[in-house]
Amino acid sequence: MSVLRSGSNLEKVLKAGHFALTGECGPPKGANVEHLKEKGTHLVGIVDCVNVTDNQTAVVRMSSWAASLILMQIGLEPNFQMVCRDRNRMAMQSDILGVYSHGVRNILCLSGDHQKFGNHPESKNVFDLDSMQLIHLVRTMRDDGKFLNGEDIDVRPKLFIGAAANPFAEPCEFRVHRLAKKIAAGADFIQTQCIYNMERFREFMKQAVDMGLHEKCYILAGLTPLKTLGMARYMAKSVPGMDVPDSLIQRLEGAGKGKVAEEGIKITLEQIEEFKEMEGIAGIHLMAIEWEHRVPEIAERAGLLPRPKV
Amino acid sequence: MIVGKQKPLEEIWDMVKGYRKILVFGCNTCVAVCHEGGNKEAEILGSLLRMKAKQDGVDTEIKTGGIERQCEHEYFEKAVGDIEGVDAVLSIACGAGVQFLGEKFPGKTALPGLNTTFIGVVDAPGEFSERCIMCGDCILHLTGGICPITRCSKSLMNGPCGGSNKGSCEISPDVPCAWHLIHDRLKSQGNIGLIQAYIPAKNWTTSRDGGPRKQVREDMRMEKETVAGQAA
Repeated sequence: MSVLRSGSNLEKVLKAGHFALTGECGPPKGANVEHLKEKGTHLVGIVDCVNVTDNQTAVVRMSSWAASLILMQIGLEPNFQMVCRDRNRMAMQSDILGVYSHGVRNILCLSGDHQKFGNHPESKNVFDLDSMQLIHLVRTMRDDGKFLNGEDIDVRPKLFIGAAANPFAEPCEFRVHRLAKKIAAGADFIQTQCIYNMERFREFMKQAVDMGLHEKCYILAGLTPLKTLGMARYMAKSVPGMDVPDSLIQRLEGAGKGKVAEEGIKITLEQIEEFKEMEGIAGIHLMAIEWEHRVPEIAERAGLLPRPKV
Repeated sequence: MIVGKQKPLEEIWDMVKGYRKILVFGCNTCVAVCHEGGNKEAEILGSLLRMKAKQDGVDTEIKTGGIERQCEHEYFEKAVGDIEGVDAVLSIACGAGVQFLGEKFPGKTALPGLNTTFIGVVDAPGEFSERCIMCGDCILHLTGGICPITRCSKSLMNGPCGGSNKGSCEISPDVPCAWHLIHDRLKSQGNIGLIQAYIPAKNWTTSRDGGPRKQVREDMRMEKETVAGQAA
């Protein structure tokens, strides 16, 4: 008897009760297929699925569906990201059917960064639907076999539905309710914003567990190892909704010259150890930005290898 | 009200300098409140353009005038003579006013001297900000009287995105996060449950997406001949 919603590897890993590990791979700024494959190769057999970003930070890149198909060719399972900024509901539905037809089984539904941050700030943003409505749309297509207008779909796109949560953005007290709303809209799994402030994250998870949200949805803790002090300071100061405590920056400063990257990895490993035990956490989402080649080492040292075969 | 901003003088000058005789024409209602398109502003802009013409040695005669509203037939009656006497009218009304003037006087060139910026309010003397994008299907009763369609940079309908930062929008610390405002307002009113509920996809047909909009009040309509008579 199968109660799988999508049959994706990620879903099977989580359903079997394994501690999941997902990665990330950003498509190239061009049609550089070889570079994309090279980056992806480091993650084969190391992660359960890999997020393929959709014009991330509002910078135009190879489309996330095309990059997803290329990564499938080298043996990765994609988590196809879709943002609300660049497509109306018609394009969203046709792309959902399109990626499913080609074998994609996971989707991550996001609002998308405002185009102001990207390389086409003069473009018109769409936001026909918001991320909540996109989650609901995918669930309606999958479970009800209906388009948004109520018309029937002949073959349903059976996708494992993901959403993001940022426990650190304001207004903080509403964040857990927004998470609950995403789960009610249809999210099967959640990948959180990069976590640096563990104290605040523990508090957030306590609220989520008290509300029973972890029983309705798999929550993966988002992690990005800090590679340099510059990166840490940039994250702390300039990235909206990011909370990097001063104590963490001081710890990196104290690491000494040439040892910051290793200290950053150590911090990530300590976090993973805590997440393995934390109630309500079903796995890790490791966003090693332009550091894909270090993921195997981090996964190995975190005791997350070999990945389960399900 | 409709808020507008005069175009840069150089841009206006490029528009008008080829004409022999122009009328700088104000609209004394909405765009007068923001001190950009009223009859007083028409006088000032006219003077600036005369100086410009003198500087550049261009032989363009610049007259000024204005009416209360450029979006209704009746107000034009007293200005027919002024308009008939020139080659082109530089209107500093909103986009609706410029077009209406052009329709009423098809033999004259109607030029826009102002950019129509938004529907907004007067926050403080000299400060104006946007409140409504005229989507045609108001949801203010669900959002604490604060419009997320207009005031959220992403027009989100189900709560603040991850970019909400210390009460500000991710696009700028100077832009309040509409959803933060909505959250705080509803919380203070004991109505936070309103935004914990799912708001489904919006029907945009009532907005500009449904094509140019028109509405008719049958009970207020006059016979076609009378309207046509006014338009002549």
